[in-house]
Amino acid sequence: MFKSEAASWFRIYEMFQFGSFHMYGIIGSALVLGVIGVQVIKRKNIKSLDGSEMSLKPKNKSVARYLIGGIIFGLGWALAGACPGPMYVLAGAGYISILIVIFGAVVGTFLYGLVKDRLPH
Amino acid sequence: MDLIYEPWPWYVAGPLIALVMFVLLLVGKQFGMSSNLRTACAAVGAGKTADFFKFDWKSERWNLMVVLGAIIGGFIASNYMSDGTVEINPEIAQQLSDDYQINSAGEAYLPPEIFATDALGDPFIISVLLIGGLLVGFGARYAGGCTSGHAISGLSNLQLPSLIAVIGFFIGGLVMVHLLYPLIF
Repeated sequence: MFKSEAASWFRIYEMFQFGSFHMYGIIGSALVLGVIGVQVIKRKNIKSLDGSEMSLKPKNKSVARYLIGGIIFGLGWALAGACPGPMYVLAGAGYISILIVIFGAVVGTFLYGLVKDRLPH
Repeated sequence: MDLIYEPWPWYVAGPLIALVMFVLLLVGKQFGMSSNLRTACAAVGAGKTADFFKFDWKSERWNLMVVLGAIIGGFIASNYMSDGTVEINPEIAQQLSDDYQINSAGEAYLPPEIFATDALGDPFIISVLLIGGLLVGFGARYAGGCTSGHAISGLSNLQLPSLIAVIGFFIGGLVMVHLLYPLIF
């Protein structure tokens, strides 16, 4: 993540300005391989090492939760310039400020847990 | 030595991400970074206040190992394998400088205007970081996943909900960068 610069605020900003192919290339190439790999797993019915089904359950059907939740996430992603994975990478890289973002993310998760039942899903 | 310090191009990073996902699937897990935020909440006792955090978090401890791995990876990469700069599209760098006085593109990994430890004395910067984090945490759980869980795992499995979520990510991101940044910064 660090080496590909996907953890860089600049790259996230640039992505939302459509300024470079870099981030789209990362997500796109991961996705192309991912789609092919998952199809192979399903066709050949490959099991995980302990013999259980792979965790490829269909997600729940809903539009509101994915769209609204997604938009909220996107606002935060662009504001903080980091999504959950890179946050830890940046913490390891020694950026003290990212700890505030991580703290915010934990609190945000907690708030969701509190109001979950009152939100449209 | 350049090979070590140069950033990895997308066609190296993307396939590596896919590889991580398949390794996790192979050991019976799912690729998703934001779930550990819920695990963290449960681990510090949030189950007492909301049912959402009442689950066997100890069975999700592997998730925290992934976090640990990411931290170690970040430490190694930043200290030994990087010159700590990110070159972006010069037009975007110029625009950042003109519109927001962020002049560090090409010189830093994160803009010191926002992420320097000194900037933490500024309540405005603290609010930006805190609110950004809050939105990410809240949104990720509401949407049931983040970039890794939806954009990579979910779309790889051709899940319509993940497509809706990813469209949401981009609506949110574009609104923030194009409409709200001029108001905030």
